[in-house]
Amino acid sequence: MKVAVLRFPGTNCEFDTQYAFEKLGHTTELVWHENQALPTDIDLVVVPGGFSYGDYLRSGSIARFSPVMKAVTTYANDGGKVLGICNGFQILTEAGLLPGALKRNNNLHFISKHQNLCVVNNDNPFLNKCSKGEVLNIPIAHADGNYYIDDEGLKKLEKNEQILLRYSDSEGNPVVVNGSVTSIAGVCNENKNVFGLMPHPERALEEILGSVDGLRMLKGFDTL
Amino acid sequence: MTAVVNVFLKEGVLDPQGKAAHHALDSLGFEGVTDVRIGKQIIIQLDTQDKTKAQAEVKEMCETLLANTVIEDYTIEIN
Repeated sequence: MKVAVLRFPGTNCEFDTQYAFEKLGHTTELVWHENQALPTDIDLVVVPGGFSYGDYLRSGSIARFSPVMKAVTTYANDGGKVLGICNGFQILTEAGLLPGALKRNNNLHFISKHQNLCVVNNDNPFLNKCSKGEVLNIPIAHADGNYYIDDEGLKKLEKNEQILLRYSDSEGNPVVVNGSVTSIAGVCNENKNVFGLMPHPERALEEILGSVDGLRMLKGFDTL
Repeated sequence: MTAVVNVFLKEGVLDPQGKAAHHALDSLGFEGVTDVRIGKQIIIQLDTQDKTKAQAEVKEMCETLLANTVIEDYTIEIN
């Protein structure tokens, strides 16, 4: 599989993301935000974490207008798989490729820690290697991770099985981490080809660093 | 012309910064504060003299970039 990893001014998780996919045996290519086209023959686009454009105005609001995002939108609308991690998730919601929006954390703090997550739905190309109800331990590191969607939108997400992950305790019960609506940590679009999550699976690849659950998550894309 | 755009979180969307400032005002002894909302103000200089055109243009700027209408409302004042 070939993975395109986007890079904006202020992105800082691109090398970790490359490392993760290369560890899984895939080839990766960094794509600069000014590129008008994506590399050919790619199987997945990853919008990695960081602080694109210094989070000015709103997190992800400027990056979403970069030339490469036009290509990503076309790619996604044609059914191409796109994964947004942290700032990547914010960029994808700003671009309208994912529903909802990410607000400042309720406690106004930058939260950086390992966090349990409960797998809510796995019938998609991302979490198909995980089981429903399974608890994963993945680091989070964000100030704007407070997922908001209105009641109608939430119903739609639930009905279409678009909620991927919820912040939870070790038993899988939802916990309040940043104020997200129903503790949502990750969602996908209706067609289940665009995925976004605030936690960082690319930071959970080695036992020595506390968890390898990120590998299991990202392995889901192996079948592509 | 100058356009003054105010962007605020929508009514019903919890404003954590406003809430924190509200608590701070309470603990400082300011009485009778019933709500605090924090937003941002964006001031845009335009080279047009046509107020209607300016209004329409700034509205488009708000819808496209300056506000995220999923969570935010905005007001425009043209001077």
